[in-house]
Amino acid sequence: MNCNDFVELVTEFLDGALPEGDERRFVEHLAECSGCETYLDQFRQTIAATGELTSDGISSDARRHLLTAFRDWQREA
Amino acid sequence: MAGPRELPTDEVLVQRLRSGDEETFALVLDSWSGGMLRLAMSFVSTRDSAEEAVQDTWLAVIRGIDGFEGRASLKTWVYRILVNTAKARGTKESRTVPFASLLPQEEEGPTVDAERFRAPGERYAGHWVAGQEPRPWDIPEDHVLRGEVREVIAAAIDELPPRLRTVITLRDVAGYGSDEVCALLEISPGNQRVLLHRGRALLRRKLEAYLSGAHDVASGRGHA
Repeated sequence: MNCNDFVELVTEFLDGALPEGDERRFVEHLAECSGCETYLDQFRQTIAATGELTSDGISSDARRHLLTAFRDWQREA
Repeated sequence: MAGPRELPTDEVLVQRLRSGDEETFALVLDSWSGGMLRLAMSFVSTRDSAEEAVQDTWLAVIRGIDGFEGRASLKTWVYRILVNTAKARGTKESRTVPFASLLPQEEEGPTVDAERFRAPGERYAGHWVAGQEPRPWDIPEDHVLRGEVREVIAAAIDELPPRLRTVITLRDVAGYGSDEVCALLEISPGNQRVLLHRGRALLRRKLEAYLSGAHDVASGRGHA
């Protein structure tokens, strides 16, 4: 397996979706190539950092409006 | 798995919502709205419109919670309502996200610049060109830099083509499994993986550019 093939298979590898033969070749390449080892590591770090994202919520106006709507709906029910 | 960490089980949540517990409603509202907003941005053209889609979704959740049957998780159910709501708005704004069609031009080609690999015919063709292989990162524990890294990623996600952004948001920000994402977006596992991989590779590239730039300043290493 070449490095340019390796970098395209990383997500499939991480999802456990590589066919057995490809997975073996992937791992063999990994053992021999420090560049690709770094690439895989950075890919993992990118995913982990993405998972740490906290996005801004909705505006406080919208939040207040929805809490009121929830209360009103409850009163009607 | 990312996502809200301290929510009660679905069963408890649903029962409390049905009984009108405002604290529980505020809890799910605050836990999920941020991710929902990001997801809605994939389908509509402005942040205002995305926020309206999120609001409409919550109103539909309030009205529909009694009819929730628990076939999917509560969050998946809410997200499905959001996707439908945001898609409808996007269509009105003539901004549709055609998940079923072939990949558009900007999403084709290798995910790593081909010039970083030795050309066909060269010795060791397809392997990293010396000096072009990824250099190890050193993201210090320092929380300021970690915060900056997060900002780089958030900005990079906003710049992704809509379909890549949607899949990244669901898989890596919201922490859904591939099966759930395929069901939610009605795409095949293979297509889902291609979009996810392209999105992740683009984010890695942005981080690489950011971190190597930061290193250059620190170590005086130039860039050829």
